[in-house]
Parts: sequence; structure tokens; C-alpha cells
Amino acid sequence: MRCKHLVLGTALALGTVAIIPVAASAEDSIYVPLMTYRTGPFSASGTPIANGMVDYLNMINARDGGIGGVKIKVEECETGYDTAKGVQCYESVKSKNPIVTTPYSTAITLQVIPKAGVDKVPILSMAYGLSAAADGNVFPWVFNPPSTYWDGASIFVKYVGQKLGGVDKLKGKTIGLVYLDAPYGKEPIPLLQELAKDYGFTLKLYPVPASEMQNQSALWLGIRRDRPDYIYMQGFGAMNPTAVKEAARINFPMEHLIGNWWAGGESDVRPAGDGGKGYLSLDFNVVGHDFPVMQDIIKYVVDKGGSQVASKADVGENFYGRGVLNSMIIAEGIRNAQKLTGRQVITGEDMRRGLESLNIDQTRLDQLGMVGFARPFRVSCSDHSGHHAAYVAKWDGHTWVKDSDWIEPMKDKVLPLIDAAAKQYATSSTGWPKRTEPCDKSS
Amino acid sequence: MFYREAGQFKTTYAADMAVFPVLQDRIGFGAILAVAYLVLPFASEFLLHVVMIPFLIFSLAAIGLNILTGYTGLLSLGTGAFMGIGAFACYKLTSIFPNVNIIVWVIASGFFAAAVGVLFGLPSLRIKGFYLAVATLAAQFFLQWCFIRIPWLYNYNSSGSIEVPERTLFGIPITGPTATASSRYLVVLAIVAVMTWIASNLVRGRIGRSWMAVRDMDIAAELMGIRLLQTKLVAFAVSSFYCGVAGALLMFLWYGGGESGVFDINQSFFVLFMVIIGGLGSLIGSFMGAALIYTLPIVLRATPAALGVPLRSETVDHLTFMTVGVLIIGFLVLEPMGLARLWQITKQKLRVWPFPY
Amino acid sequence: MPGPSPVNILYQVFIDPFVQMGTAPDLFVQTIWEGFVTGVLYSLIALGFVLIFKASGVFNFAQGIMVVFSALTLVGLHQHGLPAFAALGLTIVIMYGLAFGVERLVLRPLVNQPDIILFMATFGLTYFLIGLGELMFGGEPKTMIADQLYLPKGAIDLHILGGLVSLQKLDITGAVIALVMVAGLGVFFQKTRIGRALRAVADSHRAALSVGISLEQIWVIVWFAAGIVALATGVMWGARSDVSFALQIIALKALPVLILGGFTSIPGAIVGGVVIGIGEKIGEFYWGPLLGSGIESWLAYVIALIFLLFRPQGLFGERIIERI
Repeated sequence: MRCKHLVLGTALALGTVAIIPVAASAEDSIYVPLMTYRTGPFSASGTPIANGMVDYLNMINARDGGIGGVKIKVEECETGYDTAKGVQCYESVKSKNPIVTTPYSTAITLQVIPKAGVDKVPILSMAYGLSAAADGNVFPWVFNPPSTYWDGASIFVKYVGQKLGGVDKLKGKTIGLVYLDAPYGKEPIPLLQELAKDYGFTLKLYPVPASEMQNQSALWLGIRRDRPDYIYMQGFGAMNPTAVKEAARINFPMEHLIGNWWAGGESDVRPAGDGGKGYLSLDFNVVGHDFPVMQDIIKYVVDKGGSQVASKADVGENFYGRGVLNSMIIAEGIRNAQKLTGRQVITGEDMRRGLESLNIDQTRLDQLGMVGFARPFRVSCSDHSGHHAAYVAKWDGHTWVKDSDWIEPMKDKVLPLIDAAAKQYATSSTGWPKRTEPCDKSS
Repeated sequence: MFYREAGQFKTTYAADMAVFPVLQDRIGFGAILAVAYLVLPFASEFLLHVVMIPFLIFSLAAIGLNILTGYTGLLSLGTGAFMGIGAFACYKLTSIFPNVNIIVWVIASGFFAAAVGVLFGLPSLRIKGFYLAVATLAAQFFLQWCFIRIPWLYNYNSSGSIEVPERTLFGIPITGPTATASSRYLVVLAIVAVMTWIASNLVRGRIGRSWMAVRDMDIAAELMGIRLLQTKLVAFAVSSFYCGVAGALLMFLWYGGGESGVFDINQSFFVLFMVIIGGLGSLIGSFMGAALIYTLPIVLRATPAALGVPLRSETVDHLTFMTVGVLIIGFLVLEPMGLARLWQITKQKLRVWPFPY
Repeated sequence: MPGPSPVNILYQVFIDPFVQMGTAPDLFVQTIWEGFVTGVLYSLIALGFVLIFKASGVFNFAQGIMVVFSALTLVGLHQHGLPAFAALGLTIVIMYGLAFGVERLVLRPLVNQPDIILFMATFGLTYFLIGLGELMFGGEPKTMIADQLYLPKGAIDLHILGGLVSLQKLDITGAVIALVMVAGLGVFFQKTRIGRALRAVADSHRAALSVGISLEQIWVIVWFAAGIVALATGVMWGARSDVSFALQIIALKALPVLILGGFTSIPGAIVGGVVIGIGEKIGEFYWGPLLGSGIESWLAYVIALIFLLFRPQGLFGERIIERI
């Protein structure tokens, strides 16, 4: 037990480390830490998202001199999609007065949700994380606009209904769900099961274990046997390109394979080559770099060499746009918070108020140069998601093209599930604080 | 000259067999305990939450694996899953009986892990070496599958994750969002200290000696009258118990919520690194290994920024990976018996300094 | 669907799968084929393990990352503008450099250490290669340059057994390459001077040393051979799905294969791989749905475990004789 000597040594050594990230509490800037992952097995999705997030905020700094005259201090923290590293990131930035946490991983989100209210730093998990967090009365500190996974699944069912010529035609059909065998992948199951009951289709489940992401041939043989009419894919990372390839191998019609919005990156289909042509994916940001906002990013950031993108063509890719949208929400939240409080340098608490009363309407989108890129959206005190519409994008072999109109989710089906899940979370986490935060009027 | 035991006479057998036969060790140990209990709780939250709590928890898991791999010579790659059993057992127990103190359940969850450990330890009688390692891989992947597939384990919640409730000890919250880092640290420290003390007595006693006999040569041990199956199963049980408690602590007092993904195969490897780098068959080595393997990447990651070297965050991560790899090999080349052996050599050097011997 | 009565469960476990095999023989054949193809790839990974274990007694955990690293290097070099076959050549050179470096910097200083220490050292190697690979070529999944390497595309569709059995040309190529490699290694081991030296080293390091065989040279050769096998695996698996670091986890599947085949037997690695591959696919396809699917992640290990209980040294392993 002389080990304790070492404990001391380590403690001393690490004491010095702990001092390193000194809180240079900058009065004249707003600190926005971004948890990103450019390494590890999921880096293909993480890298473009990270580029989009960083570039947009840098563009705001370069073009507008920050928000409300205050520069944004952007700092990335590499998580590698790993929970332990996420904890380190969260704790290491805490002393620098962060105004928002963007975990970009379901596991890290789950892990920081309880801390948000205590540390007074809101979490922005854009269309990922805990679906139940859409209930703002239970989770005042967590925001997951514009939609939850349940919204996504219901949009998928609606889309299939449209293709078949009416939701009543779903009766007797078989719908498959190919999903990553982890909490993230399993999320849509309860909603799809309920819809299966309501519309009379059969739901078949095809889980892909995380260790078998690139070894799916048995599963797709099962699909060949069961012949589902449509497949919804809640996949991630290396699982997606393999699934698309396997689907092509068994001659499953690509137009009937629809991924959720995290299964819609360029890197998810490109490896499948021509076989991936026609693959569909839900989406809530439109792909392309003709939007004024993207042109501004190219002008102010990429052309000046301030971006990590490999080429200009990467600007406007789907996941890049996803990152831009994410940062737009952050920036607008800051702006809104400044308006509400009258202060230029805001805190996490102000940011929470700013996000909660966020209302991006068409005129605002126009000012942001995002008309056609995203849809207007708003959140409210009780609804932190907003349950907004998404569209279906089709891979034409080179890029994503819009394949459907914006489809509204089935709110009447989703909301009860959110309610129940939020209640369950609050009761199972005894001591979950009641909401005391006042509600601001929407801007 | 810094470390001389001259003049310290052992006049009884008990004194000769004490854990700390040398006065300097006793003073040093006391000083460390004093710092750990009296000074560190007031350290910054970053130091406690990011460094000390996980360090202690991983040390406990490393002790668990060391009992199996270092003391009994049975290589296991299922540590992560056994930690998971502890976490899920603790979660079920505390949600079924919320009024019983959480500490009781953290300890009790170890018994569930022990039971499962024994089950997967059964093949160890026939299978040896790397073959056994693969058998424990079966446990790892099967249990991980169970964590996802049995919704009962996570109370059927839709996020499929453990949501840690608030629990108190003497009226002070020690789990859940309101628990402060120092209160959680003190609880972890107390549990780890007590369990280390128990382990140190276990390995010095009859059971520990029979483990080591099995490790050194199991047939010879059998001939000497040690019952192999029993000894190996006890090793599996005790080891899994420690791992289970570590898993419960990890989820309840460190992460405070999360999904089964944290108990994957990488976690198993991670703990194995600690045991081997720290030193097989050494408790102090478990602490040293945990300190090195867990904190090294943190230090490495912080280094470029601290030195003012402008590197992208992902480049830092890549370099961290490479450096950790090189250092693992470097340490093994330097001292294959692990940090514990290095520590012994250092002490020996200190003893005779300034003379070489 | 009838309730889960015991009879019903027995029916679903013991009869229904066989009924399915009988009623849809094309699917059955297809499943076996898919299992065979996966198994061949497992075999190739296992082959790398066996080569190194035989000659140096090192349980090389880094074999998985070597698969990824070699494939990544190949694709990465091609992306940097090298023609496909030049990239292939350069990759082979790099794999030789790796073998040389490993021997000089890892194996030589650690000679005569316990197995577990060497095992651990290969973990260090794994970390190093992960970092190096990502640093040089980036971590995002890459498309294998299958076309440039003239790997065939498309499938041969056999309309037999009242259905369709689709054989991917790529998979056939993979099987052929595996066969050629095994045959080549067999000839190399049996007929050449170096091969005899290798076998001598596998038998006894000390005896080999005493008759003047250079252990260092032999180690470089086996690690290089394992690197080539890794490259072949990486190319085939990369062409089937894509080249990403997630492949490294699949490489763990080689472990049950090794158990089945024995750590020291090359034919064992091949047979073990095919048994595991077919067993796993059939289990997943016919029995998986009963357990909610996804049992592939652990089925291979359980199959291996059952075999182990009866033959602790694997199917083809050398009999373990223990003496005091």
C-alpha cells in the first residue's frame, strides 16, 4: 500500500496540469466551446460537422465582428466520440464560462444532462441526444431543435404513405428498421411500433451490433427473406456505407431504403459507388453552397485559409451544412440573449433564456442568408424541440437532391411519447429539480 | 540515506509480516492518507472530477483484474462487462429498493458481478493462457449484448440508459446532479481504501498464496493439495466483485448517467493496460498503472496548448495515441515487470544513496 | 403467432429453422456462401496471427490494426496521386519497414520476456499505428481503390434451386487470393531454406539459434509476411465495405478462429475461419431472430468456447503436454 506515495505524486503532477487551462476570463468575448470528433471510428461524420460549426462562427467574427460587437471565442475540444474524453472536455472548459455545451454524442449528452442545471450551462443537442428533453418543463436546460428521432420516424412513415398513395395503403405492408444496436439506434422503435398498430403494417427489426458494423451480410440475407417494402435506417458511422453496399448486393431497391438524418452524410453513401444511387435520407438542411451564407463562409473564412475543409466543394456538403445550422442556432441564441438582457457579454443562464425564446422566422432566415437552406423554426418554454418538418433527400451519385416536400411530423403521436418519457426520467432520477426558471416571451 | 531502516528491529513475527514494516513507509503512507482525506477534497472540481475520482475507480478495477491476471495468472479480457454488471445491478437494486443506502447497493452489486464472474470462470479449469482470454471475450460480447437487449435492466426507459437518481449519505447527496465533486470523491476514496486494505490482506493470506501457487504452476499447486477449480473460481469471484464495485462507482459517482457503451471491449483493454504497465501481482502497481494509463493522455492532450504550440485538436489526439503507444513499449522495454518494480528499484537506490550499493 | 408455449419454443428452435432451409434452399446456399466468404476473411486475419505466433511466440494483437493500416496506406497513397500499383508496391515496402522496425525496436529489446508482456507490447504498437494512420491519412472511411487494382465487380447470379444464388465476383476473387496465399505460404514453409528455418524456429528457439539460424532475420520475415497477409485482408474487406478504423474490431473475430484452429496451425486457421464464418451466419440467419437478432457479435466466441471445452488446444493445435 505504498501506492499512496504515488497518489501524492500524481496529484501534485496533475495539480499543475489543472492549473494549465487557466480561466482567462475574457470580459470582451463570448466563449463557445465546441465538442467535436475528428478522430475515431465516427470521424467521417464528425469532421464535416465540426468544420461547419467552426467556420460559421468564424465567419460571423470576420464579417460582423462578432455578435453585438462582441467576438466569439471558438474552441474545439476533441472527444473522439468517447464518453470519458467528453467528461474531460466538459470539465476542462467549465472554468472558462462557457455559454453552451454541444456534446455531439448521445452518450455524452446523457451524461451532461444532469449537470446542465447545476452548472448553469445549457445543452444544445441538435436533433440528437435524449428525445424526452424536448419537454422544456422537465428539462429547462436542454434544447434539441428542430426535431427528435420520433419526429423523424413519423416523417418516414408519412413519406412512405405518400409514396404508396395514402397512409391507409400501409395496411398489410412490411416495414423494416435497420438500426445500430445501441440506445441511439433503438430510439425509434416505440413510435414505429405504435404506428404499426395504428396503420396496420408489420414492423421488422434488424439490429446491427456495434462490433459488426462492417459485417452485415447475414442481416441483409434476412431482409432478402422477409422482403420488407420499405426500410428505415437509424445508423451511424461505418455502419451506413456497409448497409448501403449490402442493400445494393441483394438488389434491394434503393428508393425504398431511407436513412434518418444522421445516416445522410456524403461519406455514408460515397463508398458504395454507383450502388448507392437513389438512396434516400431524411434531412432538415438543404445541400449546396449557393446560399448567401455559404458564399459568405467561402469569402470570409475558406478563401482566407481559415478553414480546415479539404476543398471548397466540401462547403455545402450535407453534414457541413448541418454544422452551419447548429452554429446558427448558437449564434442566434446569443443574439437573442443579448437582446433580452441588454448585456453584450452573456452568461450560460442568459444563453438559456436566449435559446428558449428563439424564433427564427422567414425574415430572419433571409437576413441570415439562409432562405431555402433551412426552414423557420421556433422553440418555446414547454417545447424545446419544436417538432419541425424534414424532407427526404436522394443521393444522385454525386450529391444530395431534394426528393420530397417538407413533411411535418405526426405531433399527435410523438408528443404523448415525449411526455411519458420525460415523466419517467424525472421520476426515476429522484431529486430531479422542478423547473424554477421563469419563461421569457418569444422573440 | 533517504530511506534507511537501520535501527528498526522486528522483535515479533507480527511485526515482520506487517504491511508496512518500515517506519518511513508508515510515515509516508500516513502523509498520503492525510493529503487524500484532508487536502484533496478542497481541490478544484476539475482535479477531483476529471482526475482523482476516475483514477481511484480505475485503480479499483485494476486491483480486481490484477487479482485474476497478476495473482492467479488467468488472463481476462472481460473486465468491461463485469464492470457493467456492477453498474446495472446497482441501478436495478436502487430503483427497486430506493430507501436502502446507495453505498450498500454499490457493495452488493459486486456480488452480482462475482456470481456472473464465477459462471464465466468455469471453463478456466480446462482452458489456459490466451485460450482463456478468448473465453472471457465471449463473456464481454455476450454480456454487452444483454445490456442492450434486456430492457428490464434499464427499467424500460426509451433512451436505454442508466439514469442515476439522487441518493444521499448522512443527508448529503453523493449521487445525482447535486452531489458535489468533493463528497463523491470522499465516498470513492473511502470505498477504494477499504477494499484495497481487504485485498492486501487477502493476497497475503492463505487464499492469496494459493492463487500465486496456481499462477506459478497449476499442476504443481494441485499436487500440493490446492484445489484448482475452487481456487480459480474464488479468484474469478473476488476479481469480478472488485470490478463490479468499480463499475457501479464509475456509473453512479463519476459519469452520473450513461449507456452500456462505456462498458465495451475498449474498457477491458484499458484496465488490462493498467495492470500490465503497473505491474502484475502488485497492488501498488495497480494504482501506479491506473495513474499512468488514465492520466497520461490527459496530460499529453494538455501539453501542446500549455507550451503554446498551435496544433489542431485532432492532431493532438493523434499524437497522443502515438505517444501512448510508444510509452507503453518504452516502459515495457525499460522494466517489463511494471512500474511497481521500478518503484522498488528506486527505493533500493534511495536506501544506499549516494553509494551504488 | 401462437404464444410461447414450451412446445412452440421447441418447434421454433429445433424444427422451424430446418423447415426454412428445406423450403428455401437458395437462401440456405446463399447463407453458406456468405458465411464462407466472411470466414475466408476471418481466416486471413487469423493467418497473420498464426504466422507470428508460430515463429516468435508473440500473440500479436496489432494484426487487426495492421489490416487497417495497410489498407489505409494503400488508399491514402493513391489519394496523394500515386498510381494504384505504385501505391501497392510502396505499401508493401512500408509493411517491410514496419516489420523491420517492430523487430528492432519492440521484439529485440523484449526477447525472452513472458508472453503477456509481448502481448502488451503489441497493444502499444496498436496505439501507435492508430495514431500514425490517422495522422497521415485522416480517420474518415475511405473507398478501396478496387477498380484501379482491377478487382472484378458485379455478381454471378445462379438461378438454381428454385431461386437465386448471387455470388459476388469480388468474393470469389477474395477466396482465390486466400487460397493462393495459403498455398504460397505452404510451399514457402515446406520447400525453401527460409521456410525450413522458420519451422525450426517454431519448434525451438534455442535449438534453432544453436544451429546458426538468425532469429532476428526470421522475425522480420514473419512480420513482413503477416503484413502482406494483412494488406490482402485489408484490400478484400475494404472492397466489401470500406476502409475504416472500425474494421479493427472485426479483427477480434480472428480470435475464436484461432481457438478453433489452434494458435500454431495454418490449415487450422483456414478451417477454423470457415467453420466460424458459416456457423455464425447460419446461426444469425436461422436462430438469430428467435433472440431478437444481432447475436453475431458473440456467437463466434460461444462456438469457439464449446469446441474448447472438448479440445483445449483447438482442433489442429499441438497437444499440450504439461510436466512439472
